[in-house]
Amino acid sequence: MRENLHRFFRAARGVGVHVSPAESIDAMRAVAQVGLSDRTILRDALLLTLAKSQDEKLALADCFDLFFSQPEPRQDQTEAGSEETASQDPDQSPSSGSASEAGEGQPPEGLGPLAQMLLSQDRNTIAAAIASASGTASLSDIRYSTQRGIFSSRILDAMGLQRLRDDLDALTATNPALAERLRAALDALREAVRDTVSQGLALYAREEAENLRNEILRNAPLARIERRQVAEMRALIRQIARRLRERYSKPRKRQRRGHLDVRRTLRRNAAWGGVPFLTAWKRKHRDRPKIVALCDVSGSVAQVSDFFLLLIHSLHEVVDDVRSFAFSSHMIEVSEILEKKSPEEAMAEIMSKVGFGSSDYGSSLVDFEKDFMSTLTPQTTVIVLGDARSNNLDPRADILRRISERSKRLVWLNPEGRLAWGFGDSEMPRYATFCTVVRQCATAQQLERAVSDIVATYQ
Amino acid sequence: MADQKASTSIEAVESGLAAQGYIASRQIATAVYLSQQIEKPILVEGPAGVGKTELAKAIAAWRGMKMIRLQCYEGLDEAKALYEWKYAKQLLYTQILKDKLGEVLGGAQTLHAALDQLHDFGDVFFSKEFVEPRPLLQALEQPGGCVLLIDEIDKSDAEFESLLLEILSDFQVTIPELGTVSAITPPTVILTSNSERDLGDALKRRCLHLHIGFPEQRLEERIVESRVPGISQALRRQMVGFIHEIRSLDLKKLPSVSETIDWARVLVLLQATELDTEVVKDTLNVLLKYEADIEAAAPQVTTFIAKAARSNVFG
Repeated sequence: MRENLHRFFRAARGVGVHVSPAESIDAMRAVAQVGLSDRTILRDALLLTLAKSQDEKLALADCFDLFFSQPEPRQDQTEAGSEETASQDPDQSPSSGSASEAGEGQPPEGLGPLAQMLLSQDRNTIAAAIASASGTASLSDIRYSTQRGIFSSRILDAMGLQRLRDDLDALTATNPALAERLRAALDALREAVRDTVSQGLALYAREEAENLRNEILRNAPLARIERRQVAEMRALIRQIARRLRERYSKPRKRQRRGHLDVRRTLRRNAAWGGVPFLTAWKRKHRDRPKIVALCDVSGSVAQVSDFFLLLIHSLHEVVDDVRSFAFSSHMIEVSEILEKKSPEEAMAEIMSKVGFGSSDYGSSLVDFEKDFMSTLTPQTTVIVLGDARSNNLDPRADILRRISERSKRLVWLNPEGRLAWGFGDSEMPRYATFCTVVRQCATAQQLERAVSDIVATYQ
Repeated sequence: MADQKASTSIEAVESGLAAQGYIASRQIATAVYLSQQIEKPILVEGPAGVGKTELAKAIAAWRGMKMIRLQCYEGLDEAKALYEWKYAKQLLYTQILKDKLGEVLGGAQTLHAALDQLHDFGDVFFSKEFVEPRPLLQALEQPGGCVLLIDEIDKSDAEFESLLLEILSDFQVTIPELGTVSAITPPTVILTSNSERDLGDALKRRCLHLHIGFPEQRLEERIVESRVPGISQALRRQMVGFIHEIRSLDLKKLPSVSETIDWARVLVLLQATELDTEVVKDTLNVLLKYEADIEAAAPQVTTFIAKAARSNVFG
């Protein structure tokens, strides 16, 4: 059973429940207390020790049901093993006479054990044999969906496919009808094995597959994400936002206390003859984060800005003072939309208001200067997301200079690679002179780093 | 053998808690049983008012132990949760003992000797005498053990969690000046959280994770039965059915068990024998805490009552 529990932990990791060695020890201790006979208690005990949130609980419960719905391979192994040794008996050569005598009903003598099992159509035996063969082929090591073929054939080999092929060859000559039946049964067996492998993949490989996919996504250019990946990308961005939130949402109180403020301490305690009953501490000064985000949502960068807005949306939870603006040819404030609505609704609304136009940085900056310049203070970090392609219109870099002068930092995140800056209608070099930082920001990973750096400067 | 024992002991937990008026689901009972057996704290999560805090109270009452409660809030720190030096007392004592101090130091011939004597003196002031134990330290010092309730841990700051880690895993705290204080009897620790913020992995790892959601209909009926004895069975069924319908609505704050119990009490006071639109509309404010929620639910009241009545026939 210990073996089986370990396999279950592996399966649990597969569904995204993090099971560390210490947790598995706890689970073992719990199982030792409650025993194995009562499935519901066992399930509860495992859920209590392993799952760390309600989502994990649900995932783990499903995993438990899936896992324990399988027959236990260990029990049948000896049985199946003896059959396998029997299959290696060399003296069993197909004798044509007996096969034809056996007719349709009884499987003929002289066939390999797998052939006999298939012809007898005993489902339980077949299922048990598949389970034990999966054990032999160590199905629990499966990681990627590309390994399906290998594991299927390993399992089939372990069940004695080679012998079955010989039997089939012999039978085709002597008893074509029976060979036909056997062939159909073999097809059914292949299908069953394929299902087993798929189940194994579902149980054991989810984590690796997910990690791999996330890793690929993290480094994929945001602008070229395929439609079917958009949902996953959103989930990933949300994950990033959550991580940022956990790291930065609570100010670190204790660190803010500096050295003893001797002067204030003495003054406060004058009444007690200078005996310091009450202490006064110097406070380290820390700026409250203030962020103003300007986001280009024109056609050329629409998809990137979609993700960027999503991140800004969650930034609203980390930082109290965030104001967001969106523009393509003119600029509007979108803070309220992002705060009040769910990400999807907000995105749709912003895009319908100003999105997908052709970009005009100059007139958008004019809009900003006219209406919102007063939002900038010496504590503000301004983030601009855009490709700085202004369709050869006046870029109004002078306004950007004034923005830069009024704020603490001006960060420009550009989804295009450095090589493209300055070519065609890109005004990036001209804007860059007024920016504190200019970064390429084309993948989720770069996006995370950029935002993390921005928030970290305030910590 | 062990299995038999386990399931009977889990039942014992269930009936023990029930005797205190806490109707526990099987999962809750298993969690309480396991936390006792493998000495691990329980982290209880779930919406407000489903009986997270009550669970701690019921365990304490059932085992006849003292309950020590630490209410968490933003800015809670070591000094308020664990221990504090009684600075004022220390200062007062130095003032009173000033003369004594002179005597002690007077005997010393050199500055070095005086410093040595002063060192011994300092140790006196940083002794147990001058420690003010706060809830966590108090819990460790209970000779007969206790139930330690750390309520709404999600309201505290992230650093506070780290402070708890030593207590949760080893039932001990380290006070720099005094050394390590270990629990005489490990307390039963219950932490509650409304998931206002995500707790750290280190904390979660040290606990059994129990999620209490809204109870199933049968269980909730039993809870009402145990808490509000005067209510008739028919009304009980009807009102619990009604509340389950309400919970299917998209509301700001769904009514939870504590609201159910309040409502049952109100209905008993009003001497209602069955639900009707009039009574429900008059008392809806007991169940729902936002004006917007009441407005959203009001038009559905008649349908819900009918549904609740129908489910009674079949249930």
